Amino acid sequence: MVKAILSLLELAAILLPAAVFLGRYMARVFQGERSFLTPALRPVESLVYRLCRIDESREMSGRTYAICAVSFTLIGVLVLFLLQLLQGVLPLNPQGLRGVRWDTALSTAISFSTNTNWQSYAGETTMSHLTQMLGLAVQNFLSAGIGIAVALAMIRGFIRREANTVGSFWVDLVRSVVYVLLPLSLVLAVVLMSQGVVETLRPHATVETLEGVRQTIPVGPVASQEAIKELGTNGGGFFNANSAHPLENPNGLTNLLENVAMLLIPVALVFTFGRMIKNRKQGRALFAAMVVLFALGLAVALWAELAGNPLLAKAGIAGGANLEGKEMRFGLAPSVLFGQATTATSTGAVNSMHDSAMPLTGLVYLFNMGIGEVIFGGVGVGLVGMLFYVVLAMFVAGLMIGRTPEFLGKKLGPYEMIMAVVGVLLSPVILLCFLAVALAVPSGLAGLGNPSAHGLSEVLYAYTSAVGNNGSAFAGLSANTPFYNLTLGLAMLVGRFATLLPGLAIGASVARKKTAPVGVATFPTTGLLFVVVLVGAILLVGALTYFPAFSLGPILEHLRLVGGGTL
Amino acid sequence: MRGKDRVHERGQTIFDPALLLRAARGSFAKLNPVSLWRNPVMLIVEAGAVLTTVLTVVAAASGRTVSFGLQISIWLWFTVLFANFAEALAEAQGSARAEALRRSRKDLVACRLSDDGRREQVSAAALTKGDLIIVAGGEAIPGDGEIVEGTALVDESAITGESAPVVREAGGDRSGVTGGSRVLSGTIRVRITTDPGETFLDHMISMVEGARRHMTPNEVALQILLVGLTVLFVVVVMTVPAMARHMGVTTTVPVLVSLLVCLMPTTIGGLLPAIGIAGMDRLIQRNVVALSGRAVEASGDVDIVVLDKTGTITLGNRMATELIPADGVSREELLDAALFSSLSDETPEGRSIVVLCKNELGIKGRDIRAPEDAVFVPFSAAARMSGVDIGNRRVRKGSVDAVEAFVRAAGGAFPEPLRAWVDAIARCGDTPMTVAEGGRIIGVIRLKDVLKQGIKSRLAQLRQVGIKSVMITGDNLLTAASIAAEAGLDDFAAQARPEVKLDLIRKYQADGHLVAMIGDGTNDAPALAQADVAVAMNAGTQAAREAANMIDLDSNPTKLLDIVEVGKEILITRGALTTFSIANDVAKYFAIIPAIFASAYPELRTLNIMRLATPSSAVLAAVVFNASIIPLLIPLALRGVRFRARSASSVLRWNLLVYGLGGLVLPFLGIKLLDVVLVALRLV
Repeated sequence: MVKAILSLLELAAILLPAAVFLGRYMARVFQGERSFLTPALRPVESLVYRLCRIDESREMSGRTYAICAVSFTLIGVLVLFLLQLLQGVLPLNPQGLRGVRWDTALSTAISFSTNTNWQSYAGETTMSHLTQMLGLAVQNFLSAGIGIAVALAMIRGFIRREANTVGSFWVDLVRSVVYVLLPLSLVLAVVLMSQGVVETLRPHATVETLEGVRQTIPVGPVASQEAIKELGTNGGGFFNANSAHPLENPNGLTNLLENVAMLLIPVALVFTFGRMIKNRKQGRALFAAMVVLFALGLAVALWAELAGNPLLAKAGIAGGANLEGKEMRFGLAPSVLFGQATTATSTGAVNSMHDSAMPLTGLVYLFNMGIGEVIFGGVGVGLVGMLFYVVLAMFVAGLMIGRTPEFLGKKLGPYEMIMAVVGVLLSPVILLCFLAVALAVPSGLAGLGNPSAHGLSEVLYAYTSAVGNNGSAFAGLSANTPFYNLTLGLAMLVGRFATLLPGLAIGASVARKKTAPVGVATFPTTGLLFVVVLVGAILLVGALTYFPAFSLGPILEHLRLVGGGTL
Repeated sequence: MRGKDRVHERGQTIFDPALLLRAARGSFAKLNPVSLWRNPVMLIVEAGAVLTTVLTVVAAASGRTVSFGLQISIWLWFTVLFANFAEALAEAQGSARAEALRRSRKDLVACRLSDDGRREQVSAAALTKGDLIIVAGGEAIPGDGEIVEGTALVDESAITGESAPVVREAGGDRSGVTGGSRVLSGTIRVRITTDPGETFLDHMISMVEGARRHMTPNEVALQILLVGLTVLFVVVVMTVPAMARHMGVTTTVPVLVSLLVCLMPTTIGGLLPAIGIAGMDRLIQRNVVALSGRAVEASGDVDIVVLDKTGTITLGNRMATELIPADGVSREELLDAALFSSLSDETPEGRSIVVLCKNELGIKGRDIRAPEDAVFVPFSAAARMSGVDIGNRRVRKGSVDAVEAFVRAAGGAFPEPLRAWVDAIARCGDTPMTVAEGGRIIGVIRLKDVLKQGIKSRLAQLRQVGIKSVMITGDNLLTAASIAAEAGLDDFAAQARPEVKLDLIRKYQADGHLVAMIGDGTNDAPALAQADVAVAMNAGTQAAREAANMIDLDSNPTKLLDIVEVGKEILITRGALTTFSIANDVAKYFAIIPAIFASAYPELRTLNIMRLATPSSAVLAAVVFNASIIPLLIPLALRGVRFRARSASSVLRWNLLVYGLGGLVLPFLGIKLLDVVLVALRLV
């Protein structure tokens, strides 16, 4: 327990100052103001504009912005798909890997372009260095950049009055990559390398071990991808074992840094939001709501893990905490903290096997993803998703104080309502449909690694992770089949676009509206009550959506463990 | 509050048996899916009811036991019926009021003047816009219109419920008459201003009957949320069988339909139409006719109200409030002079001086006897003086300039101390008048714009709910400032020409404010049309009434507060019942999910925290609770959740506590209780 609190404090001590600083920096960058990196990076930015013939000053309507974001994502899918199919004949393929199977390639292309990074393959034995670098790592940057851009467009909607534009997608994308993602990744990659994370273009190393056996150790451009994997809340590991692999995440320090990196931009963006709307209290209120949800989940997960498996204790095999599936070089608390952060932020990087976590821990992870990745969430999209909940909560709260609902002075009408409802509910609806189909058809059931409740949890986890664009997995499911590759790919696309498009639609719609001045009858959205209402709304929506599925999955599993039954 | 008393006067409560009967009939008629189309939540409940009924019939035909399926079916039908009943009851209340109004207009005959001057008797229903009619004393006014000639005392009690008759006259801002009211004395010529079917009464009737009710944007947005939740729950319930099969559990259709109906927001879905209709009806009880539901709800958002000074803030005429004798003049002497010199002044100012003097002297009634030899000099606009000559005494009262000239002509002068008083009075924004006898000024009268009774506290109440009041007046800055300070207005625009009103409203709107305007004059019409919420006085001109989206039958400008209250109550009621409805779902899950799965997985009995007796009793109890909460909440839906003028946060906190937390806890108790009862009655 003490260790848990210490690792939490460690995390907070690095994360909070960094996020506050980054939040201020990003607010300056994205509003076109000078920052300390402007002298160094402005030439790069200008060069990109010149090469791509982007007119920096031309703003876009919400519709144009959306068309750009969607088509850019889909082009990314196509390029990545082709790159995987053709990697056998392309350079930088020292292992001589063949082209990736079409359904795996498609699923992976969608997965990386939607910031999901669900991997139904083992990276080191499937993807060439070229695919890893030019394909996967590039999409890690771009998908995160798109997320930030869409969040910016939505924020601008709340700032502007009677405006028809929400900013320029290209400018937002370029700035987020050049000023935020690249410099941060560079720094983190160098630090990770200093701790032993590999970075090389050479083929896999073959060594003779102490036991005298020859062993192939896969290596590659890991550190560079590891950095953006965490910073961009992507999560796609170079290695199949992801952040549990010693060459991705060698020690306690890298583990801590990777954990901070996952949370850094999502947390900072909340502060950026507060600064951009010129209401930092509002940013802090959203931050508080996210912290409360994060802490609630973490508390449950830690409690479940520390209590351990009662069956093992009863059998006298092992007492105490649940260490199954955890890397002993990190320990229990950092593993749970990593799991909580990776599911809350839609990163999906894992340093422990979520499949081996206690049922209640699994429930917490499922909940984090199932509510739409809004507890900090994915880079950019987490904030957008949280704002959907804010719209819903402020709608009902607004009615209850007897006013046409509003947020930040913008009246929330039928259009905003449609978009918020789609943003919050479409993903769970699609998820549940796929879950039902997977449990009903043979090709779905064929993938189950476990029967009964745990099998249900595995499928549920897979689709929840897909629509939440998280990418982590309950490893038991054999998902590299056409059925799962296709349905999961579709779920990822729905999850991504059901966030991007409603976000842009709300941004564009509220930008056109007037901003009502604050009066005594306005509900203050920066106080404790706002946080309570928002957290309550999220918990309620999550509970009502998943009650049956959770009851039959993790809750049943937990009750059986407690009741002393078999798994 | 007056509006509230009237409800009882008209003898309408929701427990009126005739109304209940009518609503009960209406709730069956509304089972027609075509009419339920507008309420998707209830449509799905009805579909579920049909499904379970058919299955029950099929099961009965094949000789299986159907007790459970039958009871579920019955309660699902009741769920729909109860929701229909709520809407039908609200409509019945409205139409009862409308019918009373209609009766007042039945068989009215109009005396129409044709173009060549002939008079002809036609039915009131045949009158069209532009017709000229004559209405004599004792006759009913057959349609809405504007007096073009004559003055009449009109009894508007049929429309407003106000028994005191009012004066309506051609020209000016008191020229509008309403069909259904009655001329008590005088003969007037009226130009009809509306076509049949569009009169004021028709509007009122269609609004309360809900026939022409359009959903307001807020209602549409809420409906979207409810449909979204419904879709979610349909999907949730439809995926349950797949999960159940994977777990080796079979599910039955009645139980799944029950789960769906319990999860869907049936409480708010069922009561939503009733809330809107009842809100309109409550507004009419307060004698305000809204021509659009949107405006009523917008009134809850208004943060600035623009008021015309005359007739709204002040009584409209300057009244004498103070007498200041000159040095060496006794108070009685001044009173006497002021009284006699004003007796022949028929202007409101003159009469107010008489009233003040009589009060000061303690004289009641008309008991004033002027001396035999008195010769009155009536007030004239040219002389700006009135007075009386009694023998040699020449007493005059009038404007400062005029009286000074009169005194100088008699060889007198204006005493300096009094000049200071005159200036001081003018500085306060009041009007000084002087009284003279012969060549001597004997005193000054202060005429003051008198505030309407209660206006100050009403404005304070408005401020409490977050509405700033702004006065528009043609007066000079000084006068305006002094009235604004006295009435407690937040802002004012002085020396305002009519177009200034429009500009002012536009300016506020450009800053994002929602502006209400209260007006009665023709020159208010453009401003009324521009305002977000425009309330016209029923006594106002036709132009003003047409530009407005609400008409106050009492012509009481502070009525805005009532409108705001009703508007807010409609929204609060919707929000509260939505919260309640959604919060209820938690308990229903805890009742039904263990009921479905606990027999196969005994561990899940832990989730049966209410310890419900059997799976059947649990499901049935949840369905019965879900259905019966609707009629229990009908009174609340019709009456509306009370709005309290407190801070937004404290209103929200309270409503969340009552309807959110209450909605979470209550069904646990209710379902447990029903479970006990159902088991005791051996129904399951």
